[in-house]
Amino acid sequence: MSTPTELKYSKTHEWVKEEGDVMVIGLTDFAQNELGDLVFVNLPEEGDEVEAGEAFGDVESVKAVSDVISPVSGEVCAINEDLLDNPAAINEDAYGAWLIKVKNVSDSEELMDASEYDKFCESEK
Amino acid sequence: MELIFELGQEGRGLDLLPACDVEKVVLQAPKREKKMHLPHVSETELSRHYSRLEKRTHGVNDGFYPLGSCTMKYNPKVNEEMAALPGFTNVHPLAPVESVQGCLEVLYTLQEDLKEIAGMDHFTLQPAAGAHGEFTGLLLIKAYHKANGDEKRTKIIVPDSAHGTNPASAAMAGFDIVNIPSGEDGCVDVEALKKAVGEDTAGLMLTNPNTVGIFDKNILEITEIIHKSGGLCYYDGANLNAIMGQCRPGDMGFDVVHLNLHKTFSTPHGGGGPGSGPVGCKDLLAPFLPGCYAVKTEEGFEYEACEESIGSMRSFAGNFLVIVKALTYITTLGAEGIKEASQNAVLNANYMRVKLADAYDMAYDVTCMHEFVMTLEKKKKEIDITAMDIAKAMLDYGIHPPTMYFPLIVHEALMVEPTETETKEEMDHVIAVLHEIMEKAKKDPEYIKHSPHHTVIGRPDEVKAARTPVVAYTFE
Repeated sequence: MSTPTELKYSKTHEWVKEEGDVMVIGLTDFAQNELGDLVFVNLPEEGDEVEAGEAFGDVESVKAVSDVISPVSGEVCAINEDLLDNPAAINEDAYGAWLIKVKNVSDSEELMDASEYDKFCESEK
Repeated sequence: MELIFELGQEGRGLDLLPACDVEKVVLQAPKREKKMHLPHVSETELSRHYSRLEKRTHGVNDGFYPLGSCTMKYNPKVNEEMAALPGFTNVHPLAPVESVQGCLEVLYTLQEDLKEIAGMDHFTLQPAAGAHGEFTGLLLIKAYHKANGDEKRTKIIVPDSAHGTNPASAAMAGFDIVNIPSGEDGCVDVEALKKAVGEDTAGLMLTNPNTVGIFDKNILEITEIIHKSGGLCYYDGANLNAIMGQCRPGDMGFDVVHLNLHKTFSTPHGGGGPGSGPVGCKDLLAPFLPGCYAVKTEEGFEYEACEESIGSMRSFAGNFLVIVKALTYITTLGAEGIKEASQNAVLNANYMRVKLADAYDMAYDVTCMHEFVMTLEKKKKEIDITAMDIAKAMLDYGIHPPTMYFPLIVHEALMVEPTETETKEEMDHVIAVLHEIMEKAKKDPEYIKHSPHHTVIGRPDEVKAARTPVVAYTFE
């Protein structure tokens, strides 16, 4: 799968999409592929604060449980509730299956563009 | 295969119970609304049913079982014989101590033996399993800091190679977890550890040899860093089989330790358990030990409880018959035998590691302890064969797969622990099988990707099994 050029990427394999003042966050295709079939997703609640570089939730695959790290600081304004019943959506369409939306963004980690991220993944292998 | 409810006919049964010799009483309880679903089978059907089930399981008695970090060694039958003695089975935990002196002597003797093996000053046999032991040990650490008025110590440091139970037990005990990365060699990154310690450090949880089967050469420095920060060191005994009789957690600087009798000391585990996870500690933690441990006095053996005890972790003396089995094992082997067992465990692991290195990539190319980790990461890229595929292919040969996808720091991991109770012939057979599987995988990857071909169940839908497990029979 090609890496969408309109998104930004973190070193811990989350993608960020700017929608006006709101940041949409999800897991990259590389991440879902490494994790394997996902079984459960734990997300924060609307109104929770997230902090750049800190875990805001976790995903469980048939292999292991992994933290999902927030690339930005801010307030959760929406969560993708469909994922709670169907975590496999992340495996099927990583860039469509967003996890949370964050508003009042005050801080951000250093993010990569698509070509930088592709290179980064290559070095991770 | 048919389940027990699908066998037999209404009215069929078996008379295993003698006729009732007391008067029948009707209980004044609400009447059952529906008829109970009880199996109606003859003794022949019943016996064959369980024999069929038994044939579908795989245990150490059936074949090689190299489940890494689980120490699936053979359980000598003499252990079972001792545990079946009427003097051990026909007793009650509340019997007056003078009538069960033999049982107390068993408890006391095992406590003493474990103290010697682990280099600890005290041992409680109460905890019922490894993770239960971890929880107990962490409560001891918590009680210690509390007694010192040092309640700002809320953090437990756990390396990223640790068993998943370590951070889970620490969280259960109310601590915050600080994860530190491993170095390139799979050992603790000492510099990262130095940065992680502070006034809020309650302790460190560690297993040595670590989860990739490597003895951490910096262990004395590691425990010293923790002690200097004011924290305590917890030893996860999961990998004790590699070092028992050679060196001791107590001498490495650990303050508290749990041992898995069901791993290291040859008592059954897995479905057959129950387990037992005794906890040992140095003198400084002794006042907080869970209640009820055996002491020797001039009059004989007695139970004693600590005043500042964290309370009972389990009823009475723990899983007593497991304790009898472990004591039988230790007594049978003796000091020399214990030493020989760990030597052979390490020798066997290294024998297999070297013999397999031409076909399988080793995660760490060094002499290992009791287990080693292979990685299928390259093979996945080259021929799309994963750790899962190799594990599944092994099933067709009647061999239990190694631990898969653990530790997490190694990708596509297969973790092999042969233990000391396998013969060279058996290991040679498994080595040949693993070579054969890899050859097949190169020539005909599709065949291996669809393995196993000869088992009753091949590749269950793991996602469905995890998300919507069916664990009860549904009657029509």
